[in-house]
Amino acid sequence: MSRTTSFKLVLLGESAVGKSSLVLRFVRNEFSDFRESTIAAFLTQTVTLDESTSIKFEIWDTAGQERYKSLAPIYFRNSNAAVIVYDITQTSFEKAKSWVRELQRQADPSIVIMLVGNKTDLESQRKTPRELGERFAEEEGLLFSEASAKTGEGVEELFMEIAKKLPLAPPPIRGTPANSKGVRVSGQGDEASTPQACTC
Amino acid sequence: MDEEYDVIVLGTGLTECILSGLLSVDGQKVLHMDRNDYYGGASASLNLTQLYQQFRNSPPPESLQLGRDRDYAVDLIPKFILSSGELTRMLVHTDVIRYLEFKVIAGSYVYRDGRISKVPSTEMEAVRSPLMGLFEKRRARNFFLYLQNWKEADPATHQGLDVNKVSMKEVYTKFGLEAGTQDFIGHAMALWLDDDYITKPARQTIDRIILYTASMARYGKSPYIYPLYGLGELPQAFARLSAIYGGTYMLDKQIESVNVDPDTGYFTGVTSGGETVKAKRVIGDPSYFGAGKDEPEGGKMRVIETGKVIRAICILKHPIPGTDDSDSAQIIIPQNQVGRKNDIYIAAVSSAHNVAAPNVWIAIVSTIVETSVPEREILPGLQLLGNVVDKFISITPLYAPTSPGTNDNIFITKSYDATSHFETVVEDVFDVWQRVKGEKLVLKKREVEVEA
Repeated sequence: MSRTTSFKLVLLGESAVGKSSLVLRFVRNEFSDFRESTIAAFLTQTVTLDESTSIKFEIWDTAGQERYKSLAPIYFRNSNAAVIVYDITQTSFEKAKSWVRELQRQADPSIVIMLVGNKTDLESQRKTPRELGERFAEEEGLLFSEASAKTGEGVEELFMEIAKKLPLAPPPIRGTPANSKGVRVSGQGDEASTPQACTC
Repeated sequence: MDEEYDVIVLGTGLTECILSGLLSVDGQKVLHMDRNDYYGGASASLNLTQLYQQFRNSPPPESLQLGRDRDYAVDLIPKFILSSGELTRMLVHTDVIRYLEFKVIAGSYVYRDGRISKVPSTEMEAVRSPLMGLFEKRRARNFFLYLQNWKEADPATHQGLDVNKVSMKEVYTKFGLEAGTQDFIGHAMALWLDDDYITKPARQTIDRIILYTASMARYGKSPYIYPLYGLGELPQAFARLSAIYGGTYMLDKQIESVNVDPDTGYFTGVTSGGETVKAKRVIGDPSYFGAGKDEPEGGKMRVIETGKVIRAICILKHPIPGTDDSDSAQIIIPQNQVGRKNDIYIAAVSSAHNVAAPNVWIAIVSTIVETSVPEREILPGLQLLGNVVDKFISITPLYAPTSPGTNDNIFITKSYDATSHFETVVEDVFDVWQRVKGEKLVLKKREVEVEA
């Protein structure tokens, strides 16, 4: 029987670089040119690595809280993977670097980080060369890719690459012994007392 | 900032964040600001550096060997969540619960005659409890059976007592309960802070005991749950809800002024960093409306002091003596036991809740201030802790708004009180909602986000 492990993946990057669009392409295979801001702040998608292993991504969007440097620590809490997005047609690459620093400060050291240059469909307007991102990712030990949420190019692949890097043998952070005595809190009255790991 | 908002919320304490979340879900355009560069305001949890900065204006001393800064999330207010209470209901109904993980507080204790004992919550525990003698146990059992069977609609279960009319004193008398038993029922189960309840109609006390026993029945060890990484997670989680529904967040924003129309007195906007943002209404905690200042804000007294609470945050390197080495506990010292008017509370959590380094416990001793030397008032609590590695004492005035806000669109929340749980915080949320919207807050189940 196939085993599915859940991992928390957070999205980071400046406003309007296409964070939500990448996820919507990945999860629903949809794209819209005029999506104003985040509507789906929590999505899940399961990818199959092989016959016996599936990975369920619980994807957290910033819900716009990055705009005025107001992302709460709870956002980074227990994240297993991060996708840092920049727009290759803008000079948002420098900002992507500061998100890497932020992750190194706030997240668990074992976090898998993928740096993504988005909007490869706008190649003619490119301002950030691929090599620049590649070199920085190599120096910092990050995964790297370029993609287009609009055409779908590279999207599936980048999430697949993250999935392959996630540690499958030891369970993810959310199931560590420190949390093992957590409780499930649900609606009043139902499944009253189940003293077991909480996955809320 | 040319945009105009429906509501500006000032301060990211739990009360304000719940309101912000509910208003955003309701479709209102919300701007939420805080003068601090962190979430939580007066209900934040601080790391070691922030804690020492706030209380000592210096870094944590190396000599204490307190471990890694980032392992700490020290609550500024000591409260737990009643597992069957209103905050739990709020968390479930808004689905904010998915952002959080909880642990059960390991035990609830009550102080009597110089020692602490577990608060009995089941018949089994009551029978073994050293808090009562043999005959008293039988009487207490009758009282609890009466509560268990009591049904509003069935007068046969009322045993001739109209709880909406008779006082709690009369109920105690009917079951023949001793003063000491009354102490732990009224203070450790109904969680009253003083004895005023005894002469009031019994209904409210009975409701509170039923809430306590229902909460207790849920997870067994204590009636309380607690979020991993500290209480500061709660406002952050509700802020996320607000942001998902379009709320805009700005931290680290000094608020220069809350502006009103000079003719009508109605709120017009807020000035921050030299820029003015317009909105129809403002909601905020008392610190944004002149609390603690000699000169009232804009010549108008908007908040009034209702009392003072003393809180001593204590860092320990051992569990609290007499709690079976528990990772967490609540201890109540009923006022009668130490000759006071108000109870003393101890709330302890530890590394098991991801709020301190390994083998470190954080215990907060608190009470309502009655004298001019409050530090002496908490001594009975401090004495139960054993060796304290470091201690941070605050004496905090509690504020309440002077007006409901309906005549100026300025809606002010209350300070966090001395109770051990969040029930009064949720009451305040309901109250402010009623004032802002002119209708009762009805919790509807939020639409579930699509799972692909």
